[in-house]
Amino acid sequence: MAQAQSIRPQSQPDTGDTYLLPGETYSSITSVIGDVPLTPPMKTPKGWIFGFAVSVALLMVFLVSVTWLLIRGVGIWGINIPVGWGMDIINFVWWIGIGHAGTLISAILLLLNQGWRNSINRFAEAMTLFAVACAGQYPILHLGRPWLFYWLTPYPNTHGLWPNFRSALDWDVFAISTYATVSLLFWIVGLIPDFATLRDRATNPLVKRIYGVAALGWRGSALHWHRYEMASLLLAGLSTPLVVSVHSTISYDFAISQIPGWQVTVFPPYFVAGAVFAGFAMVLLLMIPVRTFYGFESYITVRHLDVMAKVMLATGMIVVYGYFMEVFGSLYSSSKYEQYLLYNRLHGPSAWAYYGLLFCNAVAIQPLWFRRVRQNIPALMIISTIVSIGMWLERYVIIVISLEREFLPSSWDRYIPTIWDWSLYLGTMGLFFTLTFLFIRVLPMINIFEIRMYLHQETERAHRREAALHGHGHDHGHDHAHGTASAD
Amino acid sequence: MQASSDIYGVMAEFPSPSALIEASKKAREAGYRKMDAYSPFPIEEVSEEVAPGDTGVPRIVLICGLTGAATGFITQAMSQFVDYPLIIGGRPNNITNWAAMIPMTFEFGILFSAFGAVFGMLALNGLPTLYHPTFNAPRFERASQDAFFLCIESTDPLFDRAQTSQFLRSLNPLQVSEVTH
Repeated sequence: MAQAQSIRPQSQPDTGDTYLLPGETYSSITSVIGDVPLTPPMKTPKGWIFGFAVSVALLMVFLVSVTWLLIRGVGIWGINIPVGWGMDIINFVWWIGIGHAGTLISAILLLLNQGWRNSINRFAEAMTLFAVACAGQYPILHLGRPWLFYWLTPYPNTHGLWPNFRSALDWDVFAISTYATVSLLFWIVGLIPDFATLRDRATNPLVKRIYGVAALGWRGSALHWHRYEMASLLLAGLSTPLVVSVHSTISYDFAISQIPGWQVTVFPPYFVAGAVFAGFAMVLLLMIPVRTFYGFESYITVRHLDVMAKVMLATGMIVVYGYFMEVFGSLYSSSKYEQYLLYNRLHGPSAWAYYGLLFCNAVAIQPLWFRRVRQNIPALMIISTIVSIGMWLERYVIIVISLEREFLPSSWDRYIPTIWDWSLYLGTMGLFFTLTFLFIRVLPMINIFEIRMYLHQETERAHRREAALHGHGHDHGHDHAHGTASAD
Repeated sequence: MQASSDIYGVMAEFPSPSALIEASKKAREAGYRKMDAYSPFPIEEVSEEVAPGDTGVPRIVLICGLTGAATGFITQAMSQFVDYPLIIGGRPNNITNWAAMIPMTFEFGILFSAFGAVFGMLALNGLPTLYHPTFNAPRFERASQDAFFLCIESTDPLFDRAQTSQFLRSLNPLQVSEVTH
């Protein structure tokens, strides 16, 4: 498909037609990307210091919120009976959803042999890890006695008790911890050859030693690469069902319960699509400023933004289908509780959230059908922000609107988030951005060896095309046709 | 062969991936087997020449995955049905209720497989390692950046210090050097 673009020999402006701007060599790729983490501490860009300072300030908000929570308990939040799940679970699902785009980019697009992913996979995987780290805080803090979280795991104990393995909440524990572990392994494996590059380029002996230890003695041997590629391919194959299972499991938290609006069979696929949708919006929101700030326009081209917008549009439309199915489900159910749920969404006290979600997730993404919008950076920033808000509202609608109107009208209540709900949310953003800033400072934020390999594949492709055009085989005497079909 | 075992091998540097592919192909045709190539990114054609055959990783992953899935299922079944039977929602409390065990069985299988893939790959590659003779080769620090090397090792039956160097020189390399232990 579109990735069959050639590397043109002379310099060309970014017209949004290429995935790698021309004029790049193995050395230029290595030095431009690899030298960012090797910048001496005193030469750290001012913009980075400013961004990091803001993030750490927000991280302090997180620490204050958690400390107060540990002192006073979950009563400081707006949750009540019947709304026992409030912003803690909304934000949990929101964060974990954001993380899923990273796995989609690193695993599914690798299996589909989409070379353009090479430019964004490292960053997206880092985003996955940090988003999962934020998400993981919420269910644990919501436990009431967070220091006893290990009761959720099967361990031999003097009570002689085991966790209830037939509960979706316990499935969650294992799904998310497995997801976090596998994502971390995948990410670190991807970093090993790049650590070797940094080891070989570092001039400061201490820095050289640190990256040298992290590189584990990697020397780029063909024998090693062979096994390495096989391991990466297998990890991608394992991560693909894993990512689908994780958000499906999260949707089971709702779908296997009996609350109106939760007991919907469309939930697992609808949650997975929503996760990817929100995740791509976040990748765009993060990548656009970073690529401008560090001058990575050659590697993350307008073309990349264009395809990411397309994925966002496609998954957004799946989510819209989910909304239709929810409406259909409640009308067709002949259950007065399900039908009332729809009425309550449209006319109840939290109807603003439902209309807001329809606007953000269904209406606001429609301009993405046009190429001009997909390649317009300010427009993408605006749409991605709206989508991020919309996906937050979606979880609000699912969780709060259903719980506010219980089966018994006598137990109906409103959910009003308190300042501590908001401060914890802001605080997890601090955690997320602190980790992101540290990542872009000390690790190569684009996968260097995969970009080199992509350049090689594109060059070969250009040679082949040229040979085909001139009607004679080139003098290599070697058939490269299968070379590009390998794992990235 | 006294002289040959004094060194690790003979290393030649090539200017481009296609030159390395060509050289590894010629070295294989010349009968060399104990050789390795070093490149800043994986080149499938080179791996086919210098390291043909099975990587061994998939087998490890399969074994780990099955072990993980079995561990997951047995942990749940033993604890829920045997060690501390707990009736929840009036559902049967025996093996007929196996479907509720599937999500975690799956997660355990994936977790163990991923560990198998990563640590199996590292173990088969002999990593982490603190030292390797190839790092003594001149300009080898470029192998992780933009240089392409082919090394014929002294353990190869056809290896001869002078002849192997001569052979590598005939492949139009940028430089040829002996790698000490």
